[in-house]
Amino acid sequence: MQTNHPPIPIPLRKTPTGIEGLDEITDGGLPQGRPTLVCGSAGCGKTLLAIEFLVRGIQQYDEPGVLMAFEETAEELSANVTSLGFDLPALQKAGKLRLDHVHVDRSEIEETGEYDLEGLFIRLGHAIDSIGARRVVLDTVEALFSGFPNQAVLRSEIRRLFRWLKDKGVTAVITAERGEGSLTRQGLEEYVSDCVILLDNRIQDQITTRRLRIVKYRGSTHGTNEYPYLIGEEGLSVLPVTSLKLGHDVSDRIVSSGIPALDGMFGLKGFYEGSSILIGGTAGTAKTTLAAAFAREVCLNKGRCLFFAFEESPRQLLRNMRSVGIDLEPCLEKDLLRIEASRPTLNGLERHLVTLHQLVRDFKPQAVVIDPISNLVSVGNLQEVRSMLTRLIDFLKVNGITALFTALINPRTGQVEMIEDAVSSLMDTWIMLRDLEGIGERNRGMSILKSRGMSHSNQVREFIVTGNGIELLDVIIGPTGIVTGSARLAQRLQEQAQADAHQHELDRKDRELERKRRVLEATIANLRTEFESVEDELRRINQEEQTRQPTLPEGKKTLPSGPASGAGKTTRRKGR
Amino acid sequence: MEEETWELRLYVAGQTPKSVMALANLKKYCEQFLKGRYQLEVIDLLQNPQLAEGDQILAIPTLVRKVPEPIRKIIGDLSNQERVLVGLDIRPLENK
Repeated sequence: MQTNHPPIPIPLRKTPTGIEGLDEITDGGLPQGRPTLVCGSAGCGKTLLAIEFLVRGIQQYDEPGVLMAFEETAEELSANVTSLGFDLPALQKAGKLRLDHVHVDRSEIEETGEYDLEGLFIRLGHAIDSIGARRVVLDTVEALFSGFPNQAVLRSEIRRLFRWLKDKGVTAVITAERGEGSLTRQGLEEYVSDCVILLDNRIQDQITTRRLRIVKYRGSTHGTNEYPYLIGEEGLSVLPVTSLKLGHDVSDRIVSSGIPALDGMFGLKGFYEGSSILIGGTAGTAKTTLAAAFAREVCLNKGRCLFFAFEESPRQLLRNMRSVGIDLEPCLEKDLLRIEASRPTLNGLERHLVTLHQLVRDFKPQAVVIDPISNLVSVGNLQEVRSMLTRLIDFLKVNGITALFTALINPRTGQVEMIEDAVSSLMDTWIMLRDLEGIGERNRGMSILKSRGMSHSNQVREFIVTGNGIELLDVIIGPTGIVTGSARLAQRLQEQAQADAHQHELDRKDRELERKRRVLEATIANLRTEFESVEDELRRINQEEQTRQPTLPEGKKTLPSGPASGAGKTTRRKGR
Repeated sequence: MEEETWELRLYVAGQTPKSVMALANLKKYCEQFLKGRYQLEVIDLLQNPQLAEGDQILAIPTLVRKVPEPIRKIIGDLSNQERVLVGLDIRPLENK
């Protein structure tokens, strides 16, 4: 009798696509040895995704591939992807890639009875076997539907094709046009049920964003969200999926804000390295100046800093910062600072994000400054900005990059333009700059709203922008709280006057004392003189007494001794 | 035109019933309408898979008329005589 061993479950093997970001969402790649359906409307980059899958497979994983194109010829395809640096003819020559253009033309085909698509199978099989392909792309199989009128045959043949691909053990990508109300125009999703990826091209407020979603992935976990993706200079990149978990390392090191007095407001004299800092403030509260001070500090410590300016051109930024004593020019010359200036509306949000990613990868900065993030709202809607910022901050945190953002605050509502609640939870440190307006003037105040992981000052500090940068003024408390600006001056004058008066009073008291002392001393002198004269008198009497003494014994010889002493007493009494 | 030799190519994949049927049908039509002025080449793609690409063969069986130009393709087992004749542009001899 045989014991029945339960079959050991084999985990689903995956074929990495090599496409940036896609492997993270799919948790490793496409299902190995199975077909994957990629559907989307026109201009989504279906073909591109498929070709990149093949090219990366050849370049990175040494898996030869076959591309069966139903729409475009081999030459057209090659030309289309040359701009992305994919050299299809070279790969073909190296025997790693086979391009087969299948031409389907209804007008050339006459149906005269029963048939099947064995020819297609043979072609594909031949192509696969000739180079030992592991990856296969069928670019728009649906083109067959226009060529063959017999739908029943076609459908059964397509079903057979997918089955056959599975049996062949090749990982296949099948592209299909998006249909109305269904994923694909011809309902191909019925046949390919292992993995379906949907590409989408949406235009919102005249800005296009492409998004990718994994509709299903049998036997595997996958990201379920819509992920924006871009077609960049190096192919497709699906945007970053680092936010799937919060597991990044943290640093205990501290970076200075570039303003010693501001550092002093933090318990550990600066920001944590790799943390995210938000500087919020209404218009004209020197947010950019603070940001530039930080950037310079990073550069002075031999760190690299990437500065994204969405409002000013690099030259303008340099000039303006020089005027307040923050000279960024040397940092630029040493290539420690890089300023990327662009209008937020130049690109979609995702493009900005990708630009940032690429620059961070190339430049490897220790700190990134984005000035301001609130401007990005003009590009996308709230939701998108939120998700973009989340991903951005995550990305920077994972890479241990200190990120400093400025944000414009709406003076009416006192909130960061719409993104406050979204952003605040992402920020480790939040510095608030505000206008302290009163009695006909505006002054700038700075306070720390929060600072995760360290104590911080609770004061609102007034600061001024001088030719030497930002200076924080000491806190002056007036009768009605903190005083600033000319009230501060007034308060200071008043205090000065008070101090003066106090000093006068003290002086006066001193003088009084002196006078009293002198009077006392005079009295003492008088007394002493008096005493001296009395002393003299006494001494004189004493002497007289002594000179008289020798004469006495003769007179007293007859007298008892008693009256002699009595006589002495009488003399003393008489002296008084 | 009458003198021109027809070049026909029939693509099959092994000895499937459809292929056998197509070949039989084709031979019948040729004998009937093109007697003496045709060349027939049968290509078995199982043996020569690389030939499928050249004529853009997808369906099996496929009959390709190489000459006279233009190239025409007829798919199926050729059981529908009328459509084969239309497809090949053969005018039945009876019409003469």
